[in-house]
Amino acid sequence: MSEVAIPPTLKIQAPPAELEREPLVLNERPPGWISDRITSVVEGKAPRWWWIGLSISVPLMVMLFCVLAYLISTGVGIYGNNQPIMWGWPIVNFVWWIGIGHAGTLISAILFLLRQKWRTAVNRAAEAMTIFAVMCAGIFPLIHIGRAWLGWWLFPIPNANSIWPQFRSPLMWDVFAVSTYFTVSLLFWYVGLVPDLAVMRDRSKTKIRKFLYGLFALGWTGSNRHWSNYEKAYLILAGLSTPLVLSVHSIVSLDFAVSQLPGWHTTIFPPYFVAGAVFSGFGMVLTLLIPLRRLCNLEEVITVRHIELMCKVTLAVGSIVGYAYGMEVFIAWYSGSPYEKFAFWNRAFGPYWWGYWTMIICNVVVPQFFWSKKVRTNMLVVWVLSIFVNIGMWFERFEIVITSLSREFLPSNWGYFIPTIWDILTFLGTFGLFFTLFLLFLRFLPMIAISEVKGVTPQADPHHPLGGAKPGGHH
Amino acid sequence: MGETSKPYGIIAEFETAAAIMHAAEKVRDSGFRKWDVFTPFPVHGMDRAMGLKNSKVGWFSFIGGATGYTSGMLMIWYLNAVDYAIPIGGKPMFSPHGAFPPSYELTILLGAFGAIFGMLFLNRLPKLHHPLLKHERFKLATHDRFFVVIETGDPKFSETETRALLESAGSKHIELVED
Repeated sequence: MSEVAIPPTLKIQAPPAELEREPLVLNERPPGWISDRITSVVEGKAPRWWWIGLSISVPLMVMLFCVLAYLISTGVGIYGNNQPIMWGWPIVNFVWWIGIGHAGTLISAILFLLRQKWRTAVNRAAEAMTIFAVMCAGIFPLIHIGRAWLGWWLFPIPNANSIWPQFRSPLMWDVFAVSTYFTVSLLFWYVGLVPDLAVMRDRSKTKIRKFLYGLFALGWTGSNRHWSNYEKAYLILAGLSTPLVLSVHSIVSLDFAVSQLPGWHTTIFPPYFVAGAVFSGFGMVLTLLIPLRRLCNLEEVITVRHIELMCKVTLAVGSIVGYAYGMEVFIAWYSGSPYEKFAFWNRAFGPYWWGYWTMIICNVVVPQFFWSKKVRTNMLVVWVLSIFVNIGMWFERFEIVITSLSREFLPSNWGYFIPTIWDILTFLGTFGLFFTLFLLFLRFLPMIAISEVKGVTPQADPHHPLGGAKPGGHH
Repeated sequence: MGETSKPYGIIAEFETAAAIMHAAEKVRDSGFRKWDVFTPFPVHGMDRAMGLKNSKVGWFSFIGGATGYTSGMLMIWYLNAVDYAIPIGGKPMFSPHGAFPPSYELTILLGAFGAIFGMLFLNRLPKLHHPLLKHERFKLATHDRFFVVIETGDPKFSETETRALLESAGSKHIELVED
């Protein structure tokens, strides 16, 4: 380790300034600042916008519970579900909510495997969004089965009839996919939270906070022997969540694709559903994070570059979705099957034409604006466009579920779906549940992965001058 | 016990990632066994600087995943082909294709359990009581400081020499930690 002077010819020149990437945390903020700023959302008095948000979302959530009580005590007849459209809004909402969840896992797992360091600023909030969205999604299949109290028959639990679930049905696969997805997402999120809960524990001023954060931090000390196992476990979880997230929406799509119904019986469904899910999820992440970065004073951590990158992902998956729509129509024509051709003609020009064209505008046209850097860096415009993405994806599921069922093989079995007030109130109520949980998350847990963001700053790199390395030499 | 109890160890504070890395290499080369480095985030290259072997978490996950897949396949075969056979459309009572999706999900579920609970087991967590957690200055280990702790239980430990070693590694703040 003797200090040998390095000849100037061997020194590597720094890249020119215009090739430097924008830093992930602006203004060279040190690790201590990152802790202080992110935890400031949790500590101190709750801001006014938080109370306003909660005062809207809690009544909506309470309304959801009331509607569910009415539904379970009365029957599914209060919904618009009826022959031939037995799946109705509950399944539209189920697929929509579960799709939203997919961005969280994509950010936390797939971008982790791809070593996309920018994910650290957004993964915690996106994972929370995933968990809450899957909770909202899980309500719908459970309630629309009719006798919700028999929901446990879906699981292979011995019962008095000694009959088991039928595992050749995709609906059964769905039960396993969604429950695994929820469990693994929750655990992944919690494992990521453990070091940050230790941060919260060590900053706590009151006994009760210290006790509760300490309890959930499991006694984390930041030991490197622990970090070593922890990072390996995190890598494995990312490796397992990647095939998981791809399989979940593939299996959801098989609920449709395995049936014989024109408009559902399509081989393109699994990849098309996954792309759509990621698309809608990124839409929701943008909708949530653009106001939050401003309200929580986190513009230096969730930078414009982060938003731009998410816009680019949205554009990429949105274009895949657009391609899938085109391919569906092409195959309907190319198959030569009159039923297939009719199903797609009916989607675009039948009684539900308005839904189809809303979907096309929101999902195919709107993301194309993200080609422009001017659009991607204008937060207000991105926010508005992200809402169009959310709306468009709901209409996509509406088109798939409702239109296909409304025009089956037999014209005598045709119908038109009209939602009842209870359909609408249930859907609105799930927003109450979602936002209540999300607001509570913001207030009680660090919304950005503190230790992960610290880990991607130059201060964390022992070979960087800001990390304490001596300039130009071996440390 | 009480007044006669030995201190838990000696704690040295460092301010930068490079300094802690350098100190860890020094402690490793001096042949200590019962020691550790505490950082607010995982420092890249620290495992090597400490001389740690590759983590064994992968084995737990592998065993979990293999259990998940086999139990899924066996369960579906037993339930739908043996215990209560349901003939549907003349299809075989058991087909690996139909049984694959749930078994695949169970592979992932138990693989994830293996990774998480394996990690907690290897780290001996949860462990809510630790001498370091009572140390006031150690709170900065989750904020922006870096610490080396050498336990008194290490055969090479000697209060003066170990302190001198940590001082020479560049630490300006060295203290004993009570047990």
